[in-house]
Amino acid sequence: QKVSVEVLDHLEHLALVDFRDSEGVERLQKAIQFADQLHEVNTDGVEPMVSVLEDRCLYLREDDVTEGNCTKELLENAREKVEEYFVAPPGNIPLPKLEERDIFLQGS
Amino acid sequence: AMLRTSLRQVSVALKEGRVTPTELCQRCLALIKSTKFLNAYITVAEETALKQAEESEERYKRGQPLGILDGIPIAVKDNFNTAGIETTCASNMLKGYISPYNATVVQKLLDQGAVLLGKTNLDEFAMGSGSTDGVFGPVRNPWSYSRQYREKSVPKSHSEDKDFNWVITGGSSGGSAAAVSSFTCFAALGSDTGGSTRNPAAHCGVVGLKPTYGLISRHGLIPLVNSMDVPGILTRCVDDAAVLLGSLAGHDPKDSTTVQDNFKPFELPNLTDVSKLSIGIPKEYHTPGLSSEILALWSKAADLFKNAGAKVVEVSLPHTRYSIVCYHVLCTAEVASNMARFDGLEYGHRSDMKESTESMYAATRREGFNDVVRGRILSGNYFLLKENYEKYFVKAQKVRRLIANDFVKVFRSGVDILLTPTTLSDAAPYMEFIQEDNRTRSAQDDILTQAANMAGLPAINVPSALSERGLPVGLQFIGRSFQEKQLLTVAKWFEKQVQFPMIQLEEVKRHDNDVFQHQKSASFS
Repeated sequence: QKVSVEVLDHLEHLALVDFRDSEGVERLQKAIQFADQLHEVNTDGVEPMVSVLEDRCLYLREDDVTEGNCTKELLENAREKVEEYFVAPPGNIPLPKLEERDIFLQGS
Repeated sequence: AMLRTSLRQVSVALKEGRVTPTELCQRCLALIKSTKFLNAYITVAEETALKQAEESEERYKRGQPLGILDGIPIAVKDNFNTAGIETTCASNMLKGYISPYNATVVQKLLDQGAVLLGKTNLDEFAMGSGSTDGVFGPVRNPWSYSRQYREKSVPKSHSEDKDFNWVITGGSSGGSAAAVSSFTCFAALGSDTGGSTRNPAAHCGVVGLKPTYGLISRHGLIPLVNSMDVPGILTRCVDDAAVLLGSLAGHDPKDSTTVQDNFKPFELPNLTDVSKLSIGIPKEYHTPGLSSEILALWSKAADLFKNAGAKVVEVSLPHTRYSIVCYHVLCTAEVASNMARFDGLEYGHRSDMKESTESMYAATRREGFNDVVRGRILSGNYFLLKENYEKYFVKAQKVRRLIANDFVKVFRSGVDILLTPTTLSDAAPYMEFIQEDNRTRSAQDDILTQAANMAGLPAINVPSALSERGLPVGLQFIGRSFQEKQLLTVAKWFEKQVQFPMIQLEEVKRHDNDVFQHQKSASFS
């Protein structure tokens, strides 16, 4: 069962990371094959384990402001900023559809 | 010989004035320079280290050292945030990133006067088992340059030939392991998600401790798998690991996954009577691919305990062989989530692409991440797709419980400590290691260490012997949750029995010609 081009394209959109070449796709195929071994295990009646500390209460602290006021430090590492804003290119523009992209997946 | 002593020994020397913090710091910095070919360090913080050493010296002069760590040179893996010092995770994504804060564990060390020499090399974003896949190049195992290894090599190498068939450190905390192993620091921080501290510890002949999940704060440790990551401790002997543990463990309000139990630092007793101990030997760890050498060593170790009066029993952890598959799914899934923060907007690399937000994000991530990281993100996203979520992600979480339960059952049956190999073989030559891809290697190399992360248990690598090729081989002890004292006590006893030899490095000898000639001891215990 090879992963369809639609799914590959979908993954690239979700992950915002590209497969780049056939090796990248192969890598995913092998990863899925490897993971399929999980189905050999009988997990009837077994609850999923989210954390090894599940028997303890998560630590909650008082809702007091103990730190903050570090706008300057936080902005220092950003490449593009204006006053106290991080600047991003225009949003709400979807990535080009598969047919419009000049990348590897087009050829598969 | 001052650089070759243990942390505790040098701390005494500082207290007694036999060496000053600035001398110690300068010696370490000089040794780092002359062992540059190891590529263990990404950043050497020379100026700040010397400043910290000077401040330490003032405190010693006043007779007011902050504690045992005051003035001690240490190194930190480059996936821990360090204020004012570049933190790269060996990735283009964070090249040039200067963190505004210190990870809690780093802050704790600095608060006790430790001298931070620099940030050590790793696999990119701690993904890998060789410390070969970072953007700053691979780390070389110091044992590649040891007399012990070179003696056994055919043909006989020229001692000046730095490229001669050098072996890997293992990973992903290879830089930290190499730094401790080559005497450039007295302790180093690593991280451990699937074995990343214990694996390089085994290959570099140093002690590598993975604490119980929830004992040491992860605040400031750039996360890989939130439910499995822990800061790791690398030292030259078990007693030193106990010292580090004592200064780092404990609840951190900034990390809600740290437990609130009161942690009391401890000194390790000198165990003489092991007759009340029950050592478990999990039969599934006798896995295909385990070298006959290591199998023999493991057997010998079990006999050692038996002959000393301990109860040694074979036990079963039936789901062991699924641990690596389970890890593969959970790890990639958590990675897919954790790596989402790298979008170029707030920090790190940012692409010049300006067409749209999404295309900028995509370009930034294409430029910033290597194949390994991208591969894991894509796999993780696959397993998290709606149609796959139950089949893979939830399934893996169920298998995780089965793996954790295996350990619970065994410990409930009266076993105190498990004894297993740490790695399948001694360190591979780099040229051989890179023949296989990262995922295959990780799957192979993590097989013996991964389950402890799955179950959140403490585990430690203790260097045990040299292989036929003259390279270190370690054995692993796995303990009960939060029972680090018992784990380390047993590890210390074992360390004393095996008397692992000191690495004989020409570089270090050249640097260590000092007045303090008393240390001719072959080991640290």
